[in-house]
Amino acid sequence: MTNLHTELKESIIEQLNLEDMEPADISNDEPLFGDGLGLDSIDALELIVLLEKDYGIKLTDPAQGKEIFVSINQMAQFIEENRTK
Amino acid sequence: MSNQFHIQDWVKIKNGEIFNSGKLIFESTEKELTLFLKECYEFLEIKYPKFHKMDGLSKLGILGSEIIFRKNKSTKDTALVISNNASSLENDKQFQESTKTFASPALFVYTLPNIVLGEISIKYKLQSENAFFISEDFNAGLLKDYSESLLSSEKTSSVLCGWLDLQNGEYDVFLCLVSKEKNIPFSEESLKKLYCAENDKPTHRT
Repeated sequence: MTNLHTELKESIIEQLNLEDMEPADISNDEPLFGDGLGLDSIDALELIVLLEKDYGIKLTDPAQGKEIFVSINQMAQFIEENRTK
Repeated sequence: MSNQFHIQDWVKIKNGEIFNSGKLIFESTEKELTLFLKECYEFLEIKYPKFHKMDGLSKLGILGSEIIFRKNKSTKDTALVISNNASSLENDKQFQESTKTFASPALFVYTLPNIVLGEISIKYKLQSENAFFISEDFNAGLLKDYSESLLSSEKTSSVLCGWLDLQNGEYDVFLCLVSKEKNIPFSEESLKKLYCAENDKPTHRT
C-alpha cells in the first residue's frame, strides 16, 4: 500500500466523519458507495471538495465522480495522474 | 377537549445532564459540545453511523427522540412539532466559515432547522405531519395548540413536541410525547412547569 492510499483513507475517514473506522478497515478495492463503505450522495460531493482542496484537482463534470470514486485504488490512480499539488 | 390528551413521557437535555420524566439518567462534565454528544450516543448505545455526520441540532434531536421512543414505541403517524430560538444558526455559521475556502456540502445540507425533523423521521420511520417553529422564547401555548389540533383532527395518535435549541455551544432540549395514554394532563401550564422543572436558569423567558 502506498502512502497515498493511506493518506486517502485517513482523509476520507476525517472528512466524512466515519467514526469508529480505521484506515485498515477500508480495503483498496472495496466499493466506496453502495454495499461497500455505504457512502451517500453528500459524501460524493465532499469527495469532490477533497480532490480540489488536497490535490488541486477540479472536477468540471460531477458525473466523473462515478468513475473515480469506485474504490481507493481507482481514486489513488486518478490523483497520481491528475494532481497539481 | 380539555385533558383528553396527556404528556406520556418527556426528556430534558441541558448543561451536561439528561433527565427522563424528571429522573436524572446521565450527567457529564464535558464542556465541548461534539464530545458531549458523543458521550450521550455511547451511553445510549445507539448504533447509527449516520449520527456522526449530522449537525449538532440533529444530534440533539436524535438523542432526545431515542430516549422517548425506546420506552414508547413510535408509530408511522407520530407527528413532530418542535420549536426553537436559534433556528440552525450554529451550523449556518460553520457553513459560512467553510465558504471562505471550500464550501462544505455536508454542512450546507443542515442549514435549515427542520432538517432535524427529517432525520428523526428517517431513523424512526415516521411518515407523519411535522412542523418546526422559530419563536423568541419557549412558547407552550403554540406547542399545545398545534399538537392538540393534530391529535383532535385524528391526523395522528401521538405527537413528539417541544423545544430544541442550540446556540454558541449551549443546548436546551425539552421533548415530550403527547397521546391519549394517561399520565400528566396536556396543557400549557404543565408544559411550562415541566420545561422549567429542571431549568433553574432557562435560556429564554417562558
